[in-house]
Amino acid sequence: MRKNWEILVVDDEEIACESLAAWLREDGYPTDIALSGQEAINKAKEKEYALYFVDLKMPGGPDGIETMMHIRNIYPDASVIIITAHATVDTAITALKEGAQEYLVKPINPEEISLLVDRIIKVKNLQRQNILLRKKLTRQYSFHDIISKNQKMHDIFQLIRDIASLKSTVLIQGESGTGKELVARAIHYSGDRAKKPFVSVSCAALAETLLESELFGHEKGSFTGAGSRKKGKFELADGGTIFLDEIGDISQKLQMDLLRVIQEKKFYRVGGSEEINVDVRVIAATNKDLMKAVKAGEFREELYYRLNVINIQIPPLRERREDIPLLVRHFVDQISHELNKDINDITENAMRVLMDYNWPGNVRELENTIERAIVTCKSDVLSEEDFTFISRAREMDEDWTVPTNESLQNVEQRVIEATLRRFEGNIKETASVLGIDRSTLYEKIKKYDIPRYKKEETIEKE
Amino acid sequence: MKLIYLVPMGDIDPDILESAALCLWHTFGIEVTVSDPMEVQTDTYDSKRKQYGSIEILRALLKSAPKDALRVIAITDKDLFIPVLSFVYGHAQFEGKVGIVSIARLRQEYYGFPADKEILTQRTLKEVVHETGHLFGLTHCSDVACPMTLSTNIRLLDRKGVTLCESCMLLLKENMLEK
Repeated sequence: MRKNWEILVVDDEEIACESLAAWLREDGYPTDIALSGQEAINKAKEKEYALYFVDLKMPGGPDGIETMMHIRNIYPDASVIIITAHATVDTAITALKEGAQEYLVKPINPEEISLLVDRIIKVKNLQRQNILLRKKLTRQYSFHDIISKNQKMHDIFQLIRDIASLKSTVLIQGESGTGKELVARAIHYSGDRAKKPFVSVSCAALAETLLESELFGHEKGSFTGAGSRKKGKFELADGGTIFLDEIGDISQKLQMDLLRVIQEKKFYRVGGSEEINVDVRVIAATNKDLMKAVKAGEFREELYYRLNVINIQIPPLRERREDIPLLVRHFVDQISHELNKDINDITENAMRVLMDYNWPGNVRELENTIERAIVTCKSDVLSEEDFTFISRAREMDEDWTVPTNESLQNVEQRVIEATLRRFEGNIKETASVLGIDRSTLYEKIKKYDIPRYKKEETIEKE
Repeated sequence: MKLIYLVPMGDIDPDILESAALCLWHTFGIEVTVSDPMEVQTDTYDSKRKQYGSIEILRALLKSAPKDALRVIAITDKDLFIPVLSFVYGHAQFEGKVGIVSIARLRQEYYGFPADKEILTQRTLKEVVHETGHLFGLTHCSDVACPMTLSTNIRLLDRKGVTLCESCMLLLKENMLEK
C-alpha cells in the first residue's frame, strides 16, 4: 500500500531535504523533494502527494505557511506537516489554524515521525477504501440514476427492463418528488429507443392553448403570436419517447386530442391541415388518483385505459426509509462536488434526524434539504445542527391538531400559509408538497389574499 | 573479486567486528574483510547537538572506498544524526555503496543499565544487516521480527531478529541478480 502514496519534502536546505527524503524512501514511500516553496507549489500542481513535509523558514519566496496555503488551495484535503528549527507559539498557532496536520520542531525524534506518517497514511487508506466502498454500494443499488435497495423499487427496475423495448404506453403514479421522470427516462434509455429523443412536457406548467401548441406544434399565424411554423413535442419525439408529466391536470379537450394521437398515431398542428404521422411511445405520469378523477367525470375513461396499459406505482420515500442513508450519501457526494464544498460525511445524529422525518416532498425534498444544509454548513461534516430547519418543520407538524370548529376554507388558507412559510415562499416546492400545480397555488394565494413571504416575518413568528 | 569492507571507526570491540563480518557473509553471501580503523573526521561534529553528521561521514567513506569494495559498511561508537531527525541508529545510501551503524545508543549503559557485551553484539548485528540491506535495495519490512523492519527505539530494535525474513531474502536475491 505504501507505494501508492507519494510524499513531498520541502526545505531550502538541500542536505536536510534530501536526508529526510532518503529516510522516507527507505521506509518504502516514493519521495520527491522541493528546495523552495515555489518549487513545491509547482510540483503539487503537477501531481497530488499524500503528505507534505514543509520547512517553516524558507527565505526569498513563499515561506512554509504560505506554501501550505497554496497547496491546500489546490487540494483542500492535503496533509501538511510544518517543520521548524525555530519554534514559537505564534507560528505554531498560525500553522495549525491554517490547516497544518502537525507542527514539528527539529530535530524530530524518528519514532514521532514514523508514527505520524503511519497514522496519516492509515487514514488516507481508510478514506480511499471508504470512497471505493461507497461507489460500489451506489453502483450495486442504482439503476439509471435511481438509487434504492427497497424490494418494491427493485421490482420496478425489473419491470422497466421487461417493458423497455415494448411500444405500450405506461402510466407512472406516485407522490410529488418520488422520481417519476427518472423512471420514465430509465424506460426510454433501457430500450430500443435509447438513441432517439426523450421529450419531457409538464402539462400543468402551461395554459391549455399553449400546451396544445406545445404538444402538436402550430402553423404560422394560427394564433396571435404564432409568427412562424413550430414543431410540437410529439413531432420532436418522433422515433423516441414523449413523457407527459402531470397528465391529470389537462383539460377535457386536450384529453380528446391525446386520445386520438395515441389511437391513430397522427395529428394536426394547431391551425394546420396537414396530417402528421409519428412513431412515439407515450409515458404519462401523475401524482393524482386518476381512477377517482375518472369516476368524478374529470378524466376520460378511454384515455385512462389507453394510458394505463402498464402501470408503475412508485412508493413514497417514507415507505422505503432504508433508502434514506444511501440517498443522503449520494446527494452529499454529488452536491458538495457540484458546489465545490469540502463536505464528505454526515454524523449519526444528523442521519437519525433525516431517517425520522416523514419526507412529504419525497426524494426531491431530501435532495433540496441536503443542498440547503451543504450551503450553510461551516465544517466538513454535516451535523444535526445543519438540519434544525427540519426539526422545526417536524415540530410544526406535530403541534398541528385537526381543527373541528373552522371552515374548510380557513383550514386550506392556513395550510397554504404554513407551507409557504416552510419553503420560504418557494412556489414550486410549496405546490409540490401540497400536491397541487403551481397555477392552482397562485389562484389560491390570490383567492385568500395570502401575502407573499418575507423572511424576517417568519423568523419573528418562529 | 569484490568484497564487503567492514570499517571500524572509533572504539569498537574486535569480537563485535568479527561477529558482524561473519553475519554479513552469512546473510549476503559475499566475502567480508575488516579494514584498518578509520578516524571520524572532526568537521562532522556538531557541537550544539553533540553528535556527528552521518551524511558527511558517508561522503568521506565514499571518497576513501577501496577499488575492490562492492560495499563499505562502517561501525562507529559516535552518536549520529541527520539534520531533521534527533538521531539515527544507522544511515546508508539506498542502493548505494556506503553505510554506517552507530553503537552509541545500542549500549545498555546509554539506558542506565550495566554494560552487556552479548546484547550489544546482537543489536549491532541487526543494524549492520539492516543498513547493508538498504545498500542492496531492501526497503523497510512489515515483519517485526525481520532486521529490515524500521526501529525507532531500542524496544523495537530488540524485538527484531538477525535473520532476514523469507520475503526480504527473496527480494535480496532478485536485487543481486539484477546487478
